Amino acid sequence: MEFQIIWFILWGVLWAVYFMLDGFDFGTGMLHNFIAKNESEKKMILNTIGPLWDGNEVWLITAGGATFAAFPTTYALMFSYLYSALLLILFALIFRGVALEFRGKVDASAWRKGWDAAIFMGSSLPALLFGVAFGNIFEGLPMDGAGYHGTLLTLLNPYGLLTGALFVLLFLVHGSLWLALKTSDDLRQRTEGLAKKLWVILLVAAVSFLVYTYFATHLYTNYLNSPILLIVPIIAVISLLLVRVFAEKEDYLKAFYSSCLTILTVTFTGIIGLYPNLIPSSISPAHSLTIYNSSSSVYTLKIMTVVALIFVPIVIAYQIWMYRVFRHRTTAQDVPGRNEAY
Amino acid sequence: MDALALSRLQFAVTSMFHFIFVPLTLGLSVLVAYMETRYVRTGDKMYLRMTKFWGKLFLINFTLGIVTGITMEFQFGMNWAEYSKYVGDIFGAPLAIEATVAFFLESTFIGLWIFGWNKISRKVHALSIWLVAIATNLSALWILLANGWMQHPVGYVLRNNRAEMVDFTALITNTYGWIKFFHTLFSGYVIAAFFVMGISAYHLLKKSEFSFFRASFKIASTFGLLSSILIFGVGDFHAAEVARTQPTKFAAMEAVWNTQRSVPYNFLVLPDTANERNSVEAVGVPNMLSFLAFRDGEAEIRGLKDFPKENRPPVMSTFLSFRTMIALGMLFLLISAAAVFIAQTGRLDSSPFILKLILCSLPLPYIAAQLGWIVAEVGRQPWIVYGVLKTSDAVSKAVSSTQVWISLTGFTLLYGLLAAVDIYLLTTSAKKGPDNDLSMIIQSARAQGV
Repeated sequence: MEFQIIWFILWGVLWAVYFMLDGFDFGTGMLHNFIAKNESEKKMILNTIGPLWDGNEVWLITAGGATFAAFPTTYALMFSYLYSALLLILFALIFRGVALEFRGKVDASAWRKGWDAAIFMGSSLPALLFGVAFGNIFEGLPMDGAGYHGTLLTLLNPYGLLTGALFVLLFLVHGSLWLALKTSDDLRQRTEGLAKKLWVILLVAAVSFLVYTYFATHLYTNYLNSPILLIVPIIAVISLLLVRVFAEKEDYLKAFYSSCLTILTVTFTGIIGLYPNLIPSSISPAHSLTIYNSSSSVYTLKIMTVVALIFVPIVIAYQIWMYRVFRHRTTAQDVPGRNEAY
Repeated sequence: MDALALSRLQFAVTSMFHFIFVPLTLGLSVLVAYMETRYVRTGDKMYLRMTKFWGKLFLINFTLGIVTGITMEFQFGMNWAEYSKYVGDIFGAPLAIEATVAFFLESTFIGLWIFGWNKISRKVHALSIWLVAIATNLSALWILLANGWMQHPVGYVLRNNRAEMVDFTALITNTYGWIKFFHTLFSGYVIAAFFVMGISAYHLLKKSEFSFFRASFKIASTFGLLSSILIFGVGDFHAAEVARTQPTKFAAMEAVWNTQRSVPYNFLVLPDTANERNSVEAVGVPNMLSFLAFRDGEAEIRGLKDFPKENRPPVMSTFLSFRTMIALGMLFLLISAAAVFIAQTGRLDSSPFILKLILCSLPLPYIAAQLGWIVAEVGRQPWIVYGVLKTSDAVSKAVSSTQVWISLTGFTLLYGLLAAVDIYLLTTSAKKGPDNDLSMIIQSARAQGV
């Protein structure tokens, strides 16, 4: 296989895994202000993601780094063309990280309220904007030989916003399933109910997205040419339905795994549709950024492939081990008196 | 100001801010790991309290290092798209490797360390902070190999309108990068040592928790003296490497205007940049600069006038930053030697003057580290990649000055807020002193039979 194709797949994997992992952090961060009835419940909620969010976020850093190393032209143009959107994501992520770590450091309700707002903004804004950004990438950006002809506002077109809403809902369902798995008592029951309700809205958004994608993008062309690829969106649809099936059976572990699979396959549905583009141009197809015209030299790609094949499995192994160490539910007893936690 | 000037200013603001937190992380992670190891080995609860107290300060600082680091990775593409396109083939690799090899390790195991007190054995818990310490240091290595390449590009050819990697081994064995790595590492260790000594001195002066802070002070002073000695040695090699590879930077660092042999080292120098000469040059040691630069007292040093004006870095800021950094480095050697002396001879309760001096010196290593980066980055100008690409050709074409004004204002406000919060949290936690209530951790550790 060509190294460009290997890196295209790896590029997709990094983004998909990032959305799968930080997705439940975002969902949790969006929900915690609204679903918790008291401070103890808030702490319980934040402690479910406490040990994990930082390691999850590194998938984003690695996705960014991999784009830089493997497709430098795409990295350069994507980040400079989407300057304002990325700036907002960056500020939001900074706020979220600081808020999660500092919220519990001073025992005063005004202090906590401020950081609670930061956690909400820091979780909802990136969820929405990553969706908007990917929606726009699926549509193609207005770029040609003279550069980029859009602004922050052109990104907020109907399809971009729909993709943003889809991401937000995917992460809300993902986050509520996570909380159904990881919290206890009354809080657990509320999150279970919430997951089921949110799922209905997610289903509507997902169907609208699949239909609108046909009209707004060229993503389906690859599927028409090689129908075998349809397996990916079909798995996406089935796993989305399974989320509800397992939730009805009160098997939230399987529901959560189904939600993971949904996020992975939804991301890949888009990625496969893009091929061989990384960022298509909506106004001048000749200026689309492809995996060939924007990639690094084969030498660099080879080196990076070796690095990735050795270290990514190691990362996955110790992260899985981490999830096993923290597999138990957080209970109300875990929270008070533990000053090292949130 | 145009987008170029603003982007440069923004990069300076965001990277200097990032580098307030990074060096303390480098050194303090090692110190905390050492303290926890002592606890695991001896079972002495004082070391557990040390781990918790210094660990808390470590985490407050660590958080800001992490979040401000994301900015750095995004910014190459956002503001320096032409640079990223031109050198991404070789410069992107160490950054991506850093994320994969080091940053994952650091960010995953810090979570285990914070939340794992009751969930894993003592040994594995201590191992997790060691992994964090190793990963942060490894992280620095890859970042500095990337920066080392910008300073002294190796292992590439110019092809297809860009710099393409042809020799990965050359990239990762770049002497410039390695020297810079050790120089940065030891500067972080000095910062951490002065941080721990300074806060310990504050409590020793107040006679609160005397034995706790005496032990902390002892560890930090030894660590600080060793690091101050090592940074001097590495710094000497670093300057010689600059002389060999970046003649314009070296000439600016030492304010050498005319090419000459057997150059003396003048302790008093005042550059007169308008007239391209030094208005003061006094207290000189013959041949010493030639010797420091090339290990040969008669060696020739190329002066700034040998290079066209447009290829020279700003002389005054490079020169003053370098001189001040060196002077501070000597001061650290003296202070840490005094610290070791009072700690090892049992004079901690009878040396208020030295303790006050140490407390007041806490910010100085931070200043020295920032000055070092000014020398490194301002001294490299007008190049972004020395001899290969100029900074003015590296800036994003798609980004307007208005956009950068907005982002720069945003960063300044956001970082200002974070700095205020950080200083508040650090000072309150540092003044409060160690926690006494460790019963929970110890009990549950016993319950698990570890």
